[in-house]
Amino acid sequence: MKPVVRVENVSYAYDGGSQGQVEALLDVSLEIWPGEFVAIIGHNGSGKSTLAKHMNALLLPTRGDVYVLGMNTRDESLLWDIRQTVGMVFQNPDNQIVATIVEEDVAFGPENLGVPPDEMRRRVDEALALVDMTGYEKSAPHMLSGGQKQRVAIAGVIAMRPRCIVLDEPTAMLDPVGRSEVLRTVRHLASNEGIAIVHITHFMSEAVYADRVIVMEEGRVALSGTPREVFSQPATLRKLDLDVPQVTELAAQLRAAGVALPRYPLTVEEMADDIGTLLGRGPCSSEPQNR
Amino acid sequence: MARQALTDVNLSIDEGDLVAIIGKTGSGKSTLVQHFNGLLKPDSGRVLVDGQDIWGKGVALRDIRRKVGLVFQYPEHQLFEETVALDIAFAPKNLGLSDAQVDDAVREAMRIVDLDYEEFADRSPFELSGGQKRRVAIAGVIAMCPKVLILDEPTAGMDPRGREDVLGEIQALHEKHGYTIVLVSHSMEDVARFAKRLVVMEAGKVVMDGDPREVFRHRQELIDIGLGVPQITDLMAELARRGYGFSTGAITVEEAREILLPPLLAASIESTGSAGPDPCEGRCGHGLR
Repeated sequence: MKPVVRVENVSYAYDGGSQGQVEALLDVSLEIWPGEFVAIIGHNGSGKSTLAKHMNALLLPTRGDVYVLGMNTRDESLLWDIRQTVGMVFQNPDNQIVATIVEEDVAFGPENLGVPPDEMRRRVDEALALVDMTGYEKSAPHMLSGGQKQRVAIAGVIAMRPRCIVLDEPTAMLDPVGRSEVLRTVRHLASNEGIAIVHITHFMSEAVYADRVIVMEEGRVALSGTPREVFSQPATLRKLDLDVPQVTELAAQLRAAGVALPRYPLTVEEMADDIGTLLGRGPCSSEPQNR
Repeated sequence: MARQALTDVNLSIDEGDLVAIIGKTGSGKSTLVQHFNGLLKPDSGRVLVDGQDIWGKGVALRDIRRKVGLVFQYPEHQLFEETVALDIAFAPKNLGLSDAQVDDAVREAMRIVDLDYEEFADRSPFELSGGQKRRVAIAGVIAMCPKVLILDEPTAGMDPRGREDVLGEIQALHEKHGYTIVLVSHSMEDVARFAKRLVVMEAGKVVMDGDPREVFRHRQELIDIGLGVPQITDLMAELARRGYGFSTGAITVEEAREILLPPLLAASIESTGSAGPDPCEGRCGHGLR
């Protein structure tokens, strides 16, 4: 298997006006694999959006190279193949909807590729089904909720048949329902459709569901690993002022006070399990609860 | 196509209160707060500020807007001046104050939002961090010397550092400077930590109004209307569901820690000795001990 995206020793600097040369990325290397759900977290200015924009040639590295399925993003003749392979979804749902009817919006990208009408119908229906928006084909986008608009934007990318979707803070402007709708959608695309997902977010509660978490700080990869590996480093996270899930924070405080908890839990269920183990009894009711 | 955004809302905000309004997108939160300073006019009903009907005869909306300052969503998008000081001075200048009075108002507003005058006054607002930009925008409203400050999703789209920065600022405005504060929020965790009172909106109506602890007791109702409870409250509910007899009221990490630390510490110390009483009272047949 080869990576969908390979970032090799990439540095990126730009002219920051009165701040002089700004080094936004410093020698970053990473790979994104098919079907992988990767969360990138870090503060504003840490370089995460700059990194994301390198993944489909919206930005080109100052030093180093980015390969999309082996295609170097510097090669202008491959630009459209690269952008078709890696699609982007941005923060503000209102800025990325171009048509006045949902299905036309989803069809916009493939139409530009010259996809024939019957194939188009199939792609649009399939894309809307994958984001759970079947039935909204004729709706007006401005009447939809934020979460629904973001899912339409994702459908527009899916209709291009990408191998990877990069989402730059797609949940930042959404309410809790909208956030969980988008999260559920991207998790489904990664695990069931094999589409690699690069999910940039400020919400740790979303990052815990990723296969891998990459923490950016000052243009570098500060931490990288499974959510559990990353969240098992409370001192580092605190130093980076990152927002950890409340149950992880509670476990860290209890451990610091001498409580023998075995790990840093990521979810309510894990924390409840650990407390149960410590108290020496299993849960009273054993039915699994779905959340 | 007229849409009913608010229906028969009754609410009063007391002086010195710190109220959070929660509700999913489209529930009417922003529409409601825009009535508080006369940006929107109700189709029916009244809005009173200091007992005065703001749409009544002889009431100048300008005076109402001085009393009730509104900080919009993404207020930093409205920064436009070349320097921080000029941006904050914009509103007081329009009130017709003298240059000296405007300067005083700017310095005072910057002091209140904790932006050092010497360091920031002459900088471009566009060079600042997200948290700093938002503080400049809040200072622009504070420079009008309002009694009530309304903030519509003050931490939306910010990174964790920026969120803490702005939330800390809001808490200081309330505690140190005595502002009455109304904030619209999507973060149950944040409102649990800060608000003294929660107002829950759903489909244009106020469906709950009370102490945060009381409101978060209604976990399922909140989930049903697209909200939720802080994760820590969820944990305590899950422990109760599993039959452990801990108190379930915790809405912050600190509160949960206080409840859980003594029994868990005891269990850790005596992990080789006998455990405490079985909360399931043998019903589950764990066969302990």
